[in-house]
Amino acid sequence: MKFAIVVFPGSNCDRDCFYAARDVIGQEAEFVWHTHRDLSGFDCVILPGGFSYGDYLRSGAIARFAPVMTEVERFARAGGPVLGICNGFQILLEAGLLPGAMLRNRDLQFRCEETFIRVETSRTPFTGLCREGQVLKVPIAHGEGNYFIDEAGLKDLEANRQIVFRYTDASGRVTPESNPNGSVSNIAGICNRQGNVVGLMPHPERSCEGMLGSADGRVIFESVVADLAGRGVARAANALMDRQTIHQVEKAAGGASGCR
Amino acid sequence: MWLARIRVMLKKGVLDPQGKAVLGALQTQGYKRVQEVRVGKYLEVRLHSMGRIEAEAEVEEMCRRLLSNPVIEEFSFELDELPESAER
Repeated sequence: MKFAIVVFPGSNCDRDCFYAARDVIGQEAEFVWHTHRDLSGFDCVILPGGFSYGDYLRSGAIARFAPVMTEVERFARAGGPVLGICNGFQILLEAGLLPGAMLRNRDLQFRCEETFIRVETSRTPFTGLCREGQVLKVPIAHGEGNYFIDEAGLKDLEANRQIVFRYTDASGRVTPESNPNGSVSNIAGICNRQGNVVGLMPHPERSCEGMLGSADGRVIFESVVADLAGRGVARAANALMDRQTIHQVEKAAGGASGCR
Repeated sequence: MWLARIRVMLKKGVLDPQGKAVLGALQTQGYKRVQEVRVGKYLEVRLHSMGRIEAEAEVEEMCRRLLSNPVIEEFSFELDELPESAER
């Protein structure tokens, strides 16, 4: 399968994502510049971390209007898997592909440290290989990761199983101390209703190999590969059924359906 | 020529970490009567001549689409006509 790694002016985790996709899990990957308007041939889109457009105005506010984002939206609406990491998550929020918004961290500090996140749902293409309740050690590095959504929005997220990751302690308990930035309900990552668009503040691409301190992030990338392989099987089955249906229709029509 | 003076503030009820930090700093310096500080953004946008209603609609739209995030922020603006000599 082939990953599109979108590059905005100011992205700085694009190469890490590329490395995770190609060198760590052995898939194809290609950089896609923010002015491109074509995502055909790609199976998964990653919006990497960084400081697109210098984070001016608000993080992600300007990047969301980049030409490539029209295509990312189209890709997402067609059900394609989209992963926004850190600044990529902020861009998805600004674009309205995910609900809520980011505020400055509660303590105003840029937090760069290891965190533990608990997988709340395995229904997304990026968590399919995870066990619900599984705790991953994945680092964060952000100044604006204080996830905000109003009460009604939070209820919606919970009712639709859109909370994908929560900050916890090492044993998976949600505690105030394990919340690094003040996010509502310790939220570290969410998905859209369909589940195919996922955003998270922690960096799985920075925790794909043991020598980086943790290889826990790898499962995020492996999950989408497994998910797409599964979809491929489903697609092939559908195509086969379509062919059989056409064949039956042709037979019913006395083999004349080819003539128009 | 129009000059739009735009203010973007966090909505009431949305935690303002910057405002809280500034409040703390002011109180530390002895301004004990300070109750609350909210930090926002101020923008000046100059627009070429057009009707007032048109200009207002355009500023309103840019505030909604880009300059503020309606999930967490609210905006307000004043629009003043500048003399033509201010045209660049």
